[in-house]
Amino acid sequence: MTFSTAVFWALSAILVLAALRVITNRNPVHSALWLVLSFFTAAGLWLLLQAEFLAIALVLVYVGAVMVLFLFVLMMLDVNYDTLRAQFRSYIPLGATVGVLVVLEMALVLLGSYAKAIPAPVAEPPKAGNTHALGMLLYTDYVYPFEIAAVILLVAIIAAIALTHRQRRETRYQDPGKQVKVRPRDRLRIISMAPEKRAEQE
Amino acid sequence: MSILTAAPTLSHYLVLGAILFAISMAGIFLNRKNVIILLMAIELMLLAVNLNFIAFSRYLNDMTGQVFVFFILTVAAAESAIGLAILVLLFRNVGSIDVEDLDQLKG
Repeated sequence: MTFSTAVFWALSAILVLAALRVITNRNPVHSALWLVLSFFTAAGLWLLLQAEFLAIALVLVYVGAVMVLFLFVLMMLDVNYDTLRAQFRSYIPLGATVGVLVVLEMALVLLGSYAKAIPAPVAEPPKAGNTHALGMLLYTDYVYPFEIAAVILLVAIIAAIALTHRQRRETRYQDPGKQVKVRPRDRLRIISMAPEKRAEQE
Repeated sequence: MSILTAAPTLSHYLVLGAILFAISMAGIFLNRKNVIILLMAIELMLLAVNLNFIAFSRYLNDMTGQVFVFFILTVAAAESAIGLAILVLLFRNVGSIDVEDLDQLKG
């Protein structure tokens, strides 16, 4: 058993364990932290598969941004998570059955003759880094999808801000439109009154 | 025990991805009331799919798989940002993140 094989088995075991803890944990904050661990181990596996750029991008984007967002939201919401787990045990038979069935049928296909047709990759001498190769592909063949991905990210930023932005009611601010539109009779009312009589005449 | 000591083949990675996918699918069944855990299970599913893409890209010597993973990561980040924003809005308006409380459109 070579070193990389041992690393593969160790990372796979940690990944499966962490994924199981994500879905069975009582506390969602702990689930998020287990999910961080599974992202880290998946990044390690991607390094084994020589996808260095994506492994680092996974750690930066997912652990650094998405999971921090998850933790922020978890800590911002004041929810009693125990009531959400009230029927957790009654769901276990169905969930476990579906999970085992999916694993079995996928393993049946994948461990059969199908995947054996693909040989092990030849160990090429590294001409250029993985990042270089990926960049060459992204900026030539896939430049339009790349630009569209950038637009999608922009839309996501604007949507997230527009959805959660809230105008504070107690804040006083000027509205120039209303100021220009105002007319004198909205502000000043002239009423006609009969003059009062003098008091000493009575 | 040759399956344990031999160098990992494509099947190893594909089965690992299948196990991960099945775990997250079972997680959707188990935590069907808690929207946050549902979002986390979806992230795990995407991770399993990405693992498959990268394994195929390595064993078929084709970089296109990695390009695809790049785009999946981008879209998934956008998806979780908008999803969490909707979740915050939902909690502000309904006061709960239970899926069973989300029946305002039922009429």
